Amino acid sequence: MKVTFPHMGNAHIPIKALLKGLKLEVVPPPPISKRTMELGVKYSPEFACLPLKVNMGNFIEAIEAGADTIVMAGGWGPCRFGYYAQVERDILNNLNYDFRMVILEAPDSRLSDLLKQLKSLGENVSVWEAWKAIKFAWYKLDAVETLEKQFEYCLPRAIDKDAVERIFDEGLENIDRADRREEVSDYTNICLKKMQEQPCHNQPILRIGLVGEIYTILEPATNYDVARYMGRLGAEVTRSIYMSEWVNDHLLGGWIKKSRHAEIINCASPYLNYWVGGHGRETVGFTVNFARKQYDGVVQIGPLTCMPEIVAQSVLGKVSEREGIPCMTMYFDEHSGQTGIYTRLEAFIDMLQRKSYLQSSVSQEQPISAGI
Amino acid sequence: MKQVGIPHGLFYYYYYPLWKTFFTDLGANVISSSESNRLTLDQGIKLAVDETCLPIKVYFGHVQELCQQDLDYIFIPRLVSVEPKSYICPKFMGVPDMIRAAFDNLPLLIDITIDVSKSDRPLKRDIMRVGSLFTKDNSRINRAYTHACQENRFCRLLAREGYTMAEAISLWEGQPVKNPASGDLNIGVLGHGYSLYDSYISMNLIERLRKMGCNVFLPETLDTGSIEQQAATVPKRVFWTLGRKMVGSALYMDKRPDIDGIIYLACFGCGPDSLIGEIIEHKVENKSFMMLTIDEHSGEGGLVTRLEAFCDMLRRRRMLGEGNLPAYG
Repeated sequence: MKVTFPHMGNAHIPIKALLKGLKLEVVPPPPISKRTMELGVKYSPEFACLPLKVNMGNFIEAIEAGADTIVMAGGWGPCRFGYYAQVERDILNNLNYDFRMVILEAPDSRLSDLLKQLKSLGENVSVWEAWKAIKFAWYKLDAVETLEKQFEYCLPRAIDKDAVERIFDEGLENIDRADRREEVSDYTNICLKKMQEQPCHNQPILRIGLVGEIYTILEPATNYDVARYMGRLGAEVTRSIYMSEWVNDHLLGGWIKKSRHAEIINCASPYLNYWVGGHGRETVGFTVNFARKQYDGVVQIGPLTCMPEIVAQSVLGKVSEREGIPCMTMYFDEHSGQTGIYTRLEAFIDMLQRKSYLQSSVSQEQPISAGI
Repeated sequence: MKQVGIPHGLFYYYYYPLWKTFFTDLGANVISSSESNRLTLDQGIKLAVDETCLPIKVYFGHVQELCQQDLDYIFIPRLVSVEPKSYICPKFMGVPDMIRAAFDNLPLLIDITIDVSKSDRPLKRDIMRVGSLFTKDNSRINRAYTHACQENRFCRLLAREGYTMAEAISLWEGQPVKNPASGDLNIGVLGHGYSLYDSYISMNLIERLRKMGCNVFLPETLDTGSIEQQAATVPKRVFWTLGRKMVGSALYMDKRPDIDGIIYLACFGCGPDSLIGEIIEHKVENKSFMMLTIDEHSGEGGLVTRLEAFCDMLRRRRMLGEGNLPAYG
């Protein structure tokens, strides 16, 4: 049995560790490329959202690479994601691929069900070994996110941005290869140290919140790596969603660490008073939260026609007006021209830089005249 | 007398008799906006976010129309779920908040949350809360709600006779409705009620088909038990109420020998439709199937041509007899 799974940013590192720990042979899909997108777009329903199309591309390429079992998550709505696996299985069957699909119906905060499903995957593994696998995967996830956060901090400040990117990518690769906890923590520390030692400039840094749909935020290939691009333009990007928080909140019921989920949900009121599926309410909540933390701006991203994000976008205008934070929304589909997206980002960041420059100069030079 | 406005969009077509009876019984005067038209859509497009689907934009237009009238309340329910373990659509769950963010001149909003996915207790509490805006007499509120449910059931029974929900509502209100003439083709038409029965959104699809000599079969005219039975045959229960109904109806129509073809009307950008359409397309094996996608584009020519071609094809197919058809189509 050769197991594969869909890509979602750097999640492949902990997922691989988990499946390996369950003594399964893992064939991760090749990195998302133009071909992945083309395959996905070709075989997916025309109006499905982008993550489904990328998943399809991943699965086809993984099966070509020898995988015969697909592990996919499920769900019970109202977001479309809950029905992805069903549609994907039908399409792959129609294409006459030979595979088995294991769907982990993610139950809301019921770890025992999930464990049972995971256990059924690794048939010849004891409970103790399964537990060890989960713990090791969590450890890797934690290491990956530590690096990601440091990277988000260092990239806008570094003078040689290419070097920081190189160190970061190398660090991820090392963590992915590591088989023992000590190795993981060694590589993490080395990488952290290297990033910190990079020479920095001392120009002002903008702080931008990145909010939106989980897959688009976590998977750079679906958002043209807007986070890195903004970092290169000199903005420190804080994401609203980190994989570990999501796992902690939704699968473990806030068991591992203190969850800030409730606080964020509170922030969403009175703009959005009800759960709207996906991450709609979180998007609004985080935008308010970023505004209150004096961030310079917020960028909302999501796949085109994403229902929860459209609801969030509809109220973001009001949030922006009342909380005084500039917001920009970007939707992504299979369209592959980067330039339009980068131009919009540049314009947004220029505007924010100008705004913060004006504000600082106004506060230094006292006389404030009307109509600046 | 208090004036309550009900926008003529979204779940109006499924629940208007219920809402109207409820508010009228409590002594309010119910005003609904006019049927969707060009102006409704134009205003809706201006107010709503570009990416929302057509029915939501039209709904915004209806709310705008009501805002210009002198109302005490405007009724914008938050429809989360109308049956256990199923949802309508994320946008429906956010409609009152979207409206609040887009309008400045709103009358007081009655945004009752309708969510029976886990239990119907919160709904009952919300009904009492809404009722108490009009009367302090709890038993009167209960009576009004029971009566309202009866009226709604009655309206659904009318729809079983072969009327669309829009026609059934007109009948229920006592306006005369022409009996649909019978034709030679039987066509099943599926789609979300708020786009299908709104003659402006659907570009008068049903009336057009009838004029082309088709008998139109709608999900509301079919036996609910059979729909559910067919819907249960897909490997995973569809968790959208309307989506499940569409899948069930399509599979049921697929098996009925008297139906010649199936048309599915979808809205551009509708989340559930993008997957449900795909599932139906895969599963419908015995009938001709056509999927129509609509957005705010208002040219009718393309739609008419496709409908005509579909009907012509079905007629030719019957005339030739299935056995004489070439293997390629």
